[in-house]
Amino acid sequence: MSYDVAIIGAGPAGMSAAVRLRALGAAVIVIDEQPAPGGQIFRGIERNAASPVFPALGEDYAKGCALVAAFRASGAEYLPSTQVWQIEDGWNLFLTTERKARHITARAVLLANGAQERPVPFPGWTLPNVMTVGAAQILLKSGGMLPEGRIWIAGAGPLPLLYATQLLNLGGRIAGYLDTATTPKLSALARLPGAWREFGNLAKGLRWLRDVRRSGMMIKGFSDLRAEGEERLEHLTWEAAGKRHRVEADVLLVHEGVVPRIHETLALRCEHIWNEEQGYLAPKLDRWGQTSRKDLFVAGDAGGIGGWMAATVSGEIAALGIAGQLGIAANPDDLRQAAHLDQRRARALALRPFLDALYPPPRTRLADDVIACRCEEVTAGAIRSAARNSPADPSAVKAATRCGMGPCQGRQCGYTVQALLAEVHGLPIGDVSFFHIRPPLKPITLGEIASLEHAEGAA
Amino acid sequence: MFKSVLERPGVPPDMMVLVNGVETPAWDGETVASVLLRVPDAGRRSPISGTLRLPYCQMGVCFECLAIVDGIASTQGCLVPVQPGMRIESQRGPREISR
Repeated sequence: MSYDVAIIGAGPAGMSAAVRLRALGAAVIVIDEQPAPGGQIFRGIERNAASPVFPALGEDYAKGCALVAAFRASGAEYLPSTQVWQIEDGWNLFLTTERKARHITARAVLLANGAQERPVPFPGWTLPNVMTVGAAQILLKSGGMLPEGRIWIAGAGPLPLLYATQLLNLGGRIAGYLDTATTPKLSALARLPGAWREFGNLAKGLRWLRDVRRSGMMIKGFSDLRAEGEERLEHLTWEAAGKRHRVEADVLLVHEGVVPRIHETLALRCEHIWNEEQGYLAPKLDRWGQTSRKDLFVAGDAGGIGGWMAATVSGEIAALGIAGQLGIAANPDDLRQAAHLDQRRARALALRPFLDALYPPPRTRLADDVIACRCEEVTAGAIRSAARNSPADPSAVKAATRCGMGPCQGRQCGYTVQALLAEVHGLPIGDVSFFHIRPPLKPITLGEIASLEHAEGAA
Repeated sequence: MFKSVLERPGVPPDMMVLVNGVETPAWDGETVASVLLRVPDAGRRSPISGTLRLPYCQMGVCFECLAIVDGIASTQGCLVPVQPGMRIESQRGPREISR
């Protein structure tokens, strides 16, 4: 099958782009890993609308209803529960839906595949019942799952506070909150005046913080957090004021911000830019969201973290850029102005510089015994010793240690390897490259590839 | 460790699935990876050290939820919604060629 535009991801950016492109008359296909539209932020929104979980998820979540409805009505072809495992020039996309592979072509590709939580290794992070805050929130949105027992949260940023509030709204309890945020620096506060337009969001954050403080123990100014137990999490320990503290724990939820999903743009050899303050790579984009490769666009958090509202606007901008380039719209600039997209994006991003400065990624030195690569169980120490005997190149570390060769293909250890290489070689982190990402983007079975041959032969 | 807010005494679950052969209640909208968190010892075992692992990210990027779903090994459990009668088995250690 052939389309004008293939959009990967049915979150805010992908959905709003699809709606715009359909309104302009483009033939659009939207491919998404999830069984229903919404992305992670509006996950399960259609099903949850009638659930007791819905009011507890908050007013921002409810705002996704209109966008999902518009997407459903847009006439875009929609492939849920589908993984894209290969993208080739042209553009040729190879997909798998329910174990059957297929091949489609599109004149332009829009990657709107969002973000993932920043992997931050610490002792015990591979123990069962240690998971991310985002994971717990997905469980809540998917089957209304609430954690039971002594729930601890360790991390920083808006998401842990939001999740904690949602949990409390549903009658859940939190034993304690280990706040890893450092004291706001003057640099963060200096950016606050620029955020005055988003005062509503700021007040919301402070309200969440107050609710969490009321519900459980709030711990600040600690170091060396460890999750410990035989076969599963049993207790947490940390260092504070020269003393080792220990608590019993059943579930530990961790979160240190989110980073763009870059495996696709890395595999397609797009240029990337290192964001030093937030410690992530993002594809270099022009003012329409086009990457360094013609007709390959990125919108939403996959192009740099901005949150769902900014993602919605960037999806529309990319849609207009694509429509202009493909000759579907003659006047994309006029349309961009008429919809006030630049003003809307500026407003959506107003609080971002403040948040970025307030929540920098943790830069503490990893102890040698901490597992960096969860899949292949490679420790920071093993990576350091490989790095000492190699150039500052992740491929050399990968070849020497198997780090990054497991099923996640470096999605969990990539930035850790980069940081350890920089540390050993005395380089700025941004000077060290990321893993070389090779196909397939997702694991596929030989059976799936065989089903592709069959379909091609029949066509 | 997890319980659905939809679970009420006297109200039947949305469906039953089989986890390592044991009938297990499940709810509409949840995934295989969500069920794995409710059944004791249902996690996978690392093919490297053999230690127990449970789902970590729930969004398709950590691959800790790999399981055998309806006979297909190394399925990312967090991307597969549960269906009535689904057979979920734990993936233990490295694959064996002779199986």
